[in-house]
Amino acid sequence: MSRGEILILWTLGLAASALAPFLFPAVITQLTFLWLMILFALTWDIMGGQMGYNSFGNIFFFGIGAYACAVIQRDSGLGWHLAFFIGMGAAALLGVAAAAVLGSGILGLRGQYFAIGSLGLGIAGGEVAAGWDYIGAGSGLSPPLYPGALGRREIFFYFLFLALALICFLALRRLYGGRFGLAINAIRDDEDKAEAMGLRTTRYKTVAWCISAFFVAMAGAGAGNLIGFIDPRDVAFAGVTFGVWMVLMAILGGKGTLWGPILGAVIFHITQELFWTYLLGWQRVALGFLIVVIVVFFPTGILGWLRERHPHLFGEAVDAGAGTDGERGAS
Amino acid sequence: MTALLEVRSVSKAFGGVVANRDISLTVPDGAIIGLIGPNGSGKTTLFSSIVGHHPIDHGSIRFRGREISRLRVAEIARLGLLRTFQQTRVYGQMDCMRNMLISTPHRDEGVFDMLSRHSPAQVEEAERLLAFTGLFEKRFLMAGDLSFGQQKLLEFAMALMNRPRLLLLDEPTAGINPTLINGLIDRLKRANEEIGITLFVIEHNMRVIMDLAEHIYCLAHGELLADGTPDQVRGDQRVIDAYLGAH
Repeated sequence: MSRGEILILWTLGLAASALAPFLFPAVITQLTFLWLMILFALTWDIMGGQMGYNSFGNIFFFGIGAYACAVIQRDSGLGWHLAFFIGMGAAALLGVAAAAVLGSGILGLRGQYFAIGSLGLGIAGGEVAAGWDYIGAGSGLSPPLYPGALGRREIFFYFLFLALALICFLALRRLYGGRFGLAINAIRDDEDKAEAMGLRTTRYKTVAWCISAFFVAMAGAGAGNLIGFIDPRDVAFAGVTFGVWMVLMAILGGKGTLWGPILGAVIFHITQELFWTYLLGWQRVALGFLIVVIVVFFPTGILGWLRERHPHLFGEAVDAGAGTDGERGAS
Repeated sequence: MTALLEVRSVSKAFGGVVANRDISLTVPDGAIIGLIGPNGSGKTTLFSSIVGHHPIDHGSIRFRGREISRLRVAEIARLGLLRTFQQTRVYGQMDCMRNMLISTPHRDEGVFDMLSRHSPAQVEEAERLLAFTGLFEKRFLMAGDLSFGQQKLLEFAMALMNRPRLLLLDEPTAGINPTLINGLIDRLKRANEEIGITLFVIEHNMRVIMDLAEHIYCLAHGELLADGTPDQVRGDQRVIDAYLGAH
């Protein structure tokens, strides 16, 4: 694709995203959740796809973000918007700090050991939150209600999540196109080799987790308000729903690619909504079946599957010397 | 010539198995030094000890006058001491160019360099070194799709990209077809002469090591058996016995 065509596609995509809540007001909440799902998939893929560290603990930062923001909204006494954005900033900071501290310990683990270690994080988070009175313990926490007129709340959160997802995507595209992307790919392919070449692997791994936590914590801050009630186990540290979904979506679309997680999130979210609407009572069975189909037939994801069959579409050389320069960083 | 690497009475045991016992050797700056010995004589263990892959039990290893036996692998690599692997290791899911670009030196890399892009100069150097090893045509192929011999060449090119002072090569010609071997010897010599990289080479192929190295150390059963010029080592009865299994 030429630069002009890409620009046109982007303009169309952005216009459609901006108009969607007004054209389809009935499904605006589902559309908002779609952006949240895209955020989940994109941030999980930093670790799980690009770096090869399957993390089941990212939901931990989501929970931290949700609680941090809600506590500031509850206790600061400021106006709703000011308190919310301050809360979101605090959520991001706390998420990054937690990732930096935990990362120095848990990122020393490799492969499945890291996966299990990170799984423990999310569970521990839920248990701690459920026993801590300051944040509502087991009965949860409700952030203050959005003050605007009827219908404005939905619009606000739609554009909030659209903006977050867009910023996250652009930031990741920039990062993957440079040294950071190469370094975490190298860690994925052969961490011992990367170390033998002098790469500061611990630093890259920690920063990767911090970037992940930064966006997930902000998503958590927004999602706590969007859902309107923060339950410690079913919303904030929802390992069995959000925590598993973020992995599935990235794998479905194609982990380790920039667009794969987005594609996966869209397909997953739509099928899931359809299951809930048309297969009520069997929705979890259908979802489980979908997971099996994904893993059996698309182990490398949809984009990975396409890439194996049509590598030239992804700017990869099939024959020696047939590669194209430029715009290769963002595939 | 001053000593670039000095190994003094290094011992390393794995449980009851003594892999290296009291080994001392010197690699002068700018030289090509060989390390030979029968299978299981402790050559690769010695390499792993030098690059900090595992702690040594006893002795001292000095690189550019600095004690490195307590440093970790990545720190030693950043000082300019690099090794290649016997079982070739490249980043399989990345193309050759990206393999090269991530192999630039990490010595003075700050926190914000993580976020940077590679400069045109780095791209140019990567292409030049790929051309040097004859892989330029393959530069956009996935490293994992290359043949074993090509991966070896790529690993060598990546090592050069890192601009080491000393490069430890673990059997650089193993698994490479005989016609490519001559080209590889030539490139190793050129890397030594033109770029000024000191080489310390483990090699089983006697023709290669006799042609390449100016001084050869021979290990057997974890101990230093003999050392000298290629001709001295070739004529040494103890070396011949070790290889023919007289021990």
